Amino acid sequence: MKILVFAENWDGIFKKSSFEAVSYSRELAEQNNYELITLCFNNVSEEELNKLSKYGSSIVITTNPIDKVDSISMSKMISDLTIQHDIKLFIFSSTYSSKMFAPRLSAKLNSSIFTNVVELPSSLNPLKLKKKVFSSKAFEIAKSSSEKNIIMLHPNSYGVKEFSSDLKLSELTTESNTEIEIINIKKSSGKVNLSEADIVVSAGRGMKGPENWDLIEELANCLNAATACSKPVSDIGWRPHSEHVGQTGKTVAPNLYFAIGISGAIQHLAGVNSSKVMVAINTDPEASFFKAAHYGIVGDAFDVVPKLIEEIKNIKN
Amino acid sequence: MKIAVCISCVPDTTSKINFTENNTEFNKEGIQFIINPNDEFGLTKAIFIKEQNQAEVIVVSVGESSIESVLRKALAIGADSAIRIDNKAKDSICVAKNLSSYLAENKFDLIIMGKESADYNGGIVHGIVAENIGMQFVNACVGLEISDDSYIIEREMEGGTEKVKIKSPVIIAGQKGLVEEKDLKIPNMRGIMQARSKPLNVLESENFDFIQSIEFNKPSENKECVFIDEENVAELVKILNEKEKVL
Repeated sequence: MKILVFAENWDGIFKKSSFEAVSYSRELAEQNNYELITLCFNNVSEEELNKLSKYGSSIVITTNPIDKVDSISMSKMISDLTIQHDIKLFIFSSTYSSKMFAPRLSAKLNSSIFTNVVELPSSLNPLKLKKKVFSSKAFEIAKSSSEKNIIMLHPNSYGVKEFSSDLKLSELTTESNTEIEIINIKKSSGKVNLSEADIVVSAGRGMKGPENWDLIEELANCLNAATACSKPVSDIGWRPHSEHVGQTGKTVAPNLYFAIGISGAIQHLAGVNSSKVMVAINTDPEASFFKAAHYGIVGDAFDVVPKLIEEIKNIKN
Repeated sequence: MKIAVCISCVPDTTSKINFTENNTEFNKEGIQFIINPNDEFGLTKAIFIKEQNQAEVIVVSVGESSIESVLRKALAIGADSAIRIDNKAKDSICVAKNLSSYLAENKFDLIIMGKESADYNGGIVHGIVAENIGMQFVNACVGLEISDDSYIIEREMEGGTEKVKIKSPVIIAGQKGLVEEKDLKIPNMRGIMQARSKPLNVLESENFDFIQSIEFNKPSENKECVFIDEENVAELVKILNEKEKVL
């Protein structure tokens, strides 16, 4: 049996989520003696492509890039491959583009599809998986009744593992006949991607105003962390919507989550409670975030954060 | 122009989540159901389009009779009619297949859904429907404008946003940003009175068995928070670095 994993790249660079999907697939393939095929676009350098072997790719099919917004061409390309290679299981990281093409692919293949998967399957026949539901307030164990299945991994849930393997490349030419016209792309430059960041520095209304975010960004910079915010902060426009974490924003699962001046509403906690270590800094000792946090400092962010930056710089040097 | 807004009825976001029947079913007791927040942005957007372009807005939902009060709220907000596809809505594929049957038979110029539901968070219904009825589809939309027979759609992606132009018809999955939180439509008294006499039609459904839910469980409760004095930030950094190894 064959497993297919898609290693997505952004401007020729793979991200941690791509390596996570590859190492998850490799472990699954090894445990069950399956053949693993990695699919990626051919806009990556040889050096970048070699990184895939470190995380377990050996047979790699490269193809000319398709506009990621074009879910029709993406799903058709993968579905055509499926017919050639008799693939039964597909692994994708939950990215903006896979969330568009993977459901389409499942409809084409008449397969089951599981999203927000956090672990390796507990059984393969039938496929049994653990997934996050209710915005991380609970897990569900679900079972497939289909012959073909798609697994979509929740970023930062399995992690990356290293395997040694040699790359065997083959090329594929894909036709994409898109009816979508791309008008423009706006990039938020140089920032760490929030969904897959190892460390997230998040702040709330306790920061008193958008002009005070320099402090948050400085802390994030010295930790190579992504910045995030609470819902009220994005609602009043202090920070962009893309930074809002919580039940109606993004769900994150970093190794370390700083909640600075965030009281900790249940909707916010739902989006962050899979973080491995949570640190709350708040002037109010009764703030509900302290009930969820592993470590807490009762104090004013404007006093505590500069000290934190100084101490972190000390140990980093 | 005809717009379908597909909504999911979900527990109020402040709800405590519990399970019953040996952890196999969500415990609905004492739970207030609401329009899924991502869908509410889409519904408001549809009403804005209706106000500017004379559109007809139909809300469609797959669910049991208990969701009708939520559909009445959508009518009070300004939708013209509602369709309830009578089904337990046990998983995303089942919901998507039932929506597809209705949306294939009834032609729409624009179909709006939410990026994902606040309960099962699948985020796949729109993509499956798009494939089943052969439409273009854009996820995570934060902007939508109508330009003659096309739509200018802005979507969120890793590290930025992208603006695209697609010919009608199209399915979009919206989220906050499609309209601002402060602009969300709230039913007024006149809307609530009118909603009572607007059509709410119930359609039969089919069941599909792709996925079976086995059980639910909750993450283990956290240990007590360890408090560190604000004068002793160095200790926190030391713990994070040496004990937790997360720096």
